Amino acid sequence: MNDSIIKTLTVSFLVCLFCSLIVSYAAVNLRDLQNLNKLNDQRIKILKTAAIYSPNESIESQFSRLTPKFVDFSTGDLLDQYGDYDLNTYDPVYFSKQPSHSTPIPTSEDIAIVKNKENIGKIYLLKDSSENLEKVILPIRGYGLWGTLYGYIAIDSDLNTIRGLEFYAHKETPGLGAEVDNPKWKALWDGKSIYKDDQVEIEVIKGKVDPSNKMATYQVDGLSGATLTSRGVTNMLVYWFGESGYKETLKKINYES
Amino acid sequence: MKVKQYKDVLSKPLIEENPITLQILGICSALAVTSNLSVTLVMCVALTSVVSFSNLFISLIRNYIPSSVRIIVQMTIIASLVIVVDELLKAYDYETSKKLSVFVGLIITNCIVMGRAEAFAMKEKPFISFLDGLGNGLGYSVILIAVAVVRELLGAGTLMGYEIFSLVSNGGWYPANNLLLLPPSSFILIGLMIWGIREYKKDQIEPNEFKLSGHATAPDLRKKEANV
Repeated sequence: MNDSIIKTLTVSFLVCLFCSLIVSYAAVNLRDLQNLNKLNDQRIKILKTAAIYSPNESIESQFSRLTPKFVDFSTGDLLDQYGDYDLNTYDPVYFSKQPSHSTPIPTSEDIAIVKNKENIGKIYLLKDSSENLEKVILPIRGYGLWGTLYGYIAIDSDLNTIRGLEFYAHKETPGLGAEVDNPKWKALWDGKSIYKDDQVEIEVIKGKVDPSNKMATYQVDGLSGATLTSRGVTNMLVYWFGESGYKETLKKINYES
Repeated sequence: MKVKQYKDVLSKPLIEENPITLQILGICSALAVTSNLSVTLVMCVALTSVVSFSNLFISLIRNYIPSSVRIIVQMTIIASLVIVVDELLKAYDYETSKKLSVFVGLIITNCIVMGRAEAFAMKEKPFISFLDGLGNGLGYSVILIAVAVVRELLGAGTLMGYEIFSLVSNGGWYPANNLLLLPPSSFILIGLMIWGIREYKKDQIEPNEFKLSGHATAPDLRKKEANV
């Protein structure tokens, strides 16, 4: 008698109703916490790039040491205001996907396969207590082997020396391309230079860097078994430090400070 | 009498009727999430809570479930519980949930959950079904934790992320065995465990499904000819 059509439909309906209520209750109630986790995760990466992260302090207070700024990619200017958008919550990656706020990159220039670039980006400045510039943290992204790598790079106040590199999202192969997360490899970047005679020379090479080579300061060891990921990282740096990236902005920061 | 029954339901799946080593269920996640002990522990808690509560809820409504749609009803309940667990992890343990990624969602397809619902919870009362789920979840956990301890300790020289053996690559003495960080190593480890348990519990050894014959090509040929 459990098997009459009416009974089957009623039981199915009630089970579905009850389950969907529980699931939606959980999803709605936990959403704020989950979004906060995601945001904090990204903030930790930014703090780690700037090498000022300590796990014991609240992320909020550590993050307040950084000054966010809008960047107008067409002029290279640093802005404090852009429309009605809030500097603290503005997400450049989101706006790079909005046709009204982004520009497609011509294929000939798009070496890092970024495809669409937001018109207005966002960078972070780290200043010491007397308002002197210590570091600049720039978001970068570009295609590796399986997908786009998203990360941050920190450069010193001379605007030429790399101080840190972190990726917060990528799809590279564990053990090979995913070694971009290896702390030892990331440590190799500290102290490397980007520009030589105004040209981006920084490069992830194949194999190990020969320290006696006079270009050694522009070279980083390749990831073994991950040539395409290594090349992707190089392309990404060449693109973002080039004319269409942060080059103008860095010049303006240099002029101001 | 009842207490003994409860005890049995709870303790038997730990070693004797272990879902992994006797029934060979839930192997997929046993391979995937055991390279790191802390991740394994979270997975064990997730699976144990899903299997216990799915058993409880299914048992509560077992007399109302029409047999024609019973699997779908069970799946709906299991899937809802898994989503809730996944949401909770994302909210309270974001780091681990990133590492577990799809494997929490895949608890839905873990044969242990479905198997216990169909084999036990559809017939028994709620409380004992809950205990059965708990027991089976713990049985799964025992094996996973054992595998994870071996893999993380010998593969990376750490336990829960704390260094136990100092690695050669960090200037220590222990050359890490990278094989143990790859999924196939848990196949080997679980195989060894099954062997060990069956040496100790002989009744678990299954009879051969067919006998291997000796080299008998010549007589077979003759037999065929005779039949013709």
